[in-house]
Amino acid sequence: MINFLLKRLLAIIPVLLGITLLLFFMLRMLPGDPAQVLAGQMASPQDVEMIRTQLGLDQPVYIQYASFLNRLVHLDLGLSARTQNPVIQEIWARLPNTILLSLCAITMACVFGIPAGIIAAVRPYSWVDYLVTIASLFGISMPVFWLGIMLMIVFSMTLQWLPAGGIGTWKHLILPTVTLASFVVAFIARMTRSSMLEVLSQDYVTTARSKGLKENLIIIKHALKNALIPIITVVGLQFGLLLGGAVLTETVFAWPGLGRLIVDSILARDYAVIQGSILIFGLLYTLVNLVVDLIYAFVDPRIRYE
Amino acid sequence: MNDIDINTKNNDSDSVGDIDSSSSRGWAKLKRNKAALVGGIFLLIYIVCAFGAPVLFWGNPSAPDLINSLSPPCAKYLLGTDELGRSILGRILYGSRVSLMIAVGVVGVGLLFGVPVGLISGYFGGKTDFIIQRFTDMLLAFPGFLLALALVAILGVGLKNTVISIGISMIPIYIRLVRGCVLTVREEVYVEAARASGTKDRHIILRHILPNVLAPIIVQTSLGMGTAILFAAGLGFLGIGVQPPTPEWGSMLGSARAYMMGKPHVATFPGIAIFLAVLSFNLLGDGLRDAFDPRSKI
Repeated sequence: MINFLLKRLLAIIPVLLGITLLLFFMLRMLPGDPAQVLAGQMASPQDVEMIRTQLGLDQPVYIQYASFLNRLVHLDLGLSARTQNPVIQEIWARLPNTILLSLCAITMACVFGIPAGIIAAVRPYSWVDYLVTIASLFGISMPVFWLGIMLMIVFSMTLQWLPAGGIGTWKHLILPTVTLASFVVAFIARMTRSSMLEVLSQDYVTTARSKGLKENLIIIKHALKNALIPIITVVGLQFGLLLGGAVLTETVFAWPGLGRLIVDSILARDYAVIQGSILIFGLLYTLVNLVVDLIYAFVDPRIRYE
Repeated sequence: MNDIDINTKNNDSDSVGDIDSSSSRGWAKLKRNKAALVGGIFLLIYIVCAFGAPVLFWGNPSAPDLINSLSPPCAKYLLGTDELGRSILGRILYGSRVSLMIAVGVVGVGLLFGVPVGLISGYFGGKTDFIIQRFTDMLLAFPGFLLALALVAILGVGLKNTVISIGISMIPIYIRLVRGCVLTVREEVYVEAARASGTKDRHIILRHILPNVLAPIIVQTSLGMGTAILFAAGLGFLGIGVQPPTPEWGSMLGSARAYMMGKPHVATFPGIAIFLAVLSFNLLGDGLRDAFDPRSKI
């Protein structure tokens, strides 16, 4: 297990380098002087000059990249052109909100999506199966921001049961969580269904049935356990979609998270913040993929020994 | 598991004649698929709206009529008007042109770069493959929508940049897909035979490999168009996609947010349009996959 863990951790390094390389060149692809771009339109010539020396823009590119990495390691992402606060501080203030929202959404998606997929697979071509299939197709076709707006119109404005936006109590969490989970729950249900269908036709399930085992036991102990790997893969992959969806959901519900920060920064051309928050999203996604791999190894011992 | 897959594939496509019969089997299967049929009909309506917008809606969809602003659905304005008194029906009809243009453009960018690079990566393998795959890893380290966001931040807003940004975010998906398929097809007997008889690489790739990896590409193209519409509408909604006064479904929803309190119709109809357009591509994509590429999932 430790070997596997080490191997997996080592494999992350090139990905991390890739992410930083992409972001490093992102700023340099913009027309104009990177120092001016980072400082913002309103900056004084002294500020621009300070950033220029700080970034070492008169040095060769590989030294610039090395110093960029060095600053990253020290969590120095520069200053926001809009607020003049350190970028890392802006990100820290919002990251917990995004993580909270994403975790609630992925939990809800699993809690509803996996059972829905199992029920659909156990009774294929029944009305339950059609219901799950159609509902999940609707789920993946619906724009999350529109669903959010519709939920807001019904539950906040018409019925006045839940707050329309902002943050604070658990009540504020409900609508954004449902909105964000809708898309992912559909994917998870679809994947669970097809994975379970495949496993349920295997010989060992037939054997278990012919031994006279209870159907519930067969489904949970024999089938689900073996169908889990593709399901976990999809949950991990969907986390990426979830982060993308978080940008939209946070905008709809005025949720002060990282997604909202990116959009505001793009609108204000605050490139230091854009660079920093996209970096954090990339890291978060890489981390989730790592956790997914570790869960694989935990669920399926065969993977550990490969 | 893999062995079995390769074997069944072998039987399916030993000769050119077999490919034809398996594709005609696929068409027959597709025609029987009711969900795909519904998707196809929706798609047809969508395309008719896009091409026929000037016939279906007389007048300028961006012309304001301030006296009638935020009017609910009525005889003159079937779906009501927005904050500037513009017909929502007209804007949705013209918006279908914009979104179809984006969908075709985005998938075009993805196919144009993704397919050749995927073919090369899978066919030649070795160092070429390694470099291309590390580059793909780098792009895939960001969730698709966020990559598109980052690219918009660099390129700027507008229709053309929306297409380019979302298109680039789709390229790695096509590279991976095509490469994966090429890796199995490359080992087939007929490819080996072609190589042994001295056929040029380019000829092998275009005549022997490409036709055999087409099915998953077609499926991904249909599903990708749906995703492109969703992404573009998302960017429009955030105010960093297609800019007003161009009628675009996402930006219509974005500006509707301020008025939805008393006038829910302004936010309802553009969303239904996006939903139906994406649904049609998803239904069709599912049907195409069941018919032509039944072994793959999602």
